[in-house]
Amino acid sequence: MNRLALFIPLALFVGLSLVLLFGLDKDPTDLPSALVGEAFPVFNLPSLKDEQNVVTEQDFNGDVVLVNVWATWCFACRIEHPMLNKLSEQGVKIIGLNYKDQRAGALAWLAERGDPYQFNIFDAKGSLGIDLGVYGAPETYLVDADGIIRHRRVGVVDDRVWESEFRAIYEQITGTEQ
Amino acid sequence: MRLAVLLLLSLFTFAASTEVVKSTEAAGSLEAIESLEAIESPDAIKGAEVVAFSDESLRPRYQQLLQELRCPKCQNQNLADSNSPISQDLRREIQRMLEEQMTDKQIKDYLKSRYSEFILYRPEVNKNTWLLWGSPVLVVLLGLLILLRHNRQPKPSANKEVPKVNKESPSNTSDQQRLAELLGDKENQQ
Repeated sequence: MNRLALFIPLALFVGLSLVLLFGLDKDPTDLPSALVGEAFPVFNLPSLKDEQNVVTEQDFNGDVVLVNVWATWCFACRIEHPMLNKLSEQGVKIIGLNYKDQRAGALAWLAERGDPYQFNIFDAKGSLGIDLGVYGAPETYLVDADGIIRHRRVGVVDDRVWESEFRAIYEQITGTEQ
Repeated sequence: MRLAVLLLLSLFTFAASTEVVKSTEAAGSLEAIESLEAIESPDAIKGAEVVAFSDESLRPRYQQLLQELRCPKCQNQNLADSNSPISQDLRREIQRMLEEQMTDKQIKDYLKSRYSEFILYRPEVNKNTWLLWGSPVLVVLLGLLILLRHNRQPKPSANKEVPKVNKESPSNTSDQQRLAELLGDKENQQ
């Protein structure tokens, strides 16, 4: 018995090492999302294309949409943009949330790279960003027809991410095969 | 007795170390902000913006909240340290909420509902964090347990054989003689 007790420190050490080893694979920037399963926040902001036009969450409630947070200062958004164009061509409805950006620059961006968005929310001060818990762009939210956030991705959505994270949920809530 | 002293000592060092860490952290960051403001124009320094409150009594609460809330983007900094855009926005939000007479708890809940518990540098006690909060107590209890077990075992000096030797060997002349012989032999050999 006493001899076995001598192995306790070794067992503790091995246990701790295993815990730390599995911790290595975790991405520390991947934060738990507080909003998945919650309703998309209520907002009231101008649209990007027309300053006078006010848009709210009612403008996309009833549809399954992706809400994509982007900005011209966001480098990764450049990489992501072709994927959004492709999804849009496939019939996925995408709402843009232009986050803390300049209106002219953002419009030029869309003219140059194509516009995959149904419309864009112009959030110059980042107020909707705070309500969504945005901490970096790009971010993408999958919102169902009842306005509930079903999935959140922080970072670029590419083919791999779409297949592994979004596609199954998207097909389930739209009831379609893409 | 020894047990009590050890226990007190460990508790004291534990308390002292946390206090020292707290006070140096707070003093360090406050001094930094004040000195920066004194040297340069405050607008030039991001993250050290001058915050105007309608009621000065809000300021300590503001600073306390900034110390305890974490920047979601730059993860190892609190909102007071960080000058990332998101931290600037959140500082402005916290100021607004303080002016709106929200309590500290309401402000923390507001941020928690958006950025998840991650944003709290002082996490709440719940099913995910009980081990974190409880581990110091557990370690102290474990230490106590080990000490108690250790003390209950007979001390080596109370061992029956040792005093026997101690008592008898000086008076036992034949043993002394043998010892001298052995030592003598050894010296001769060397």
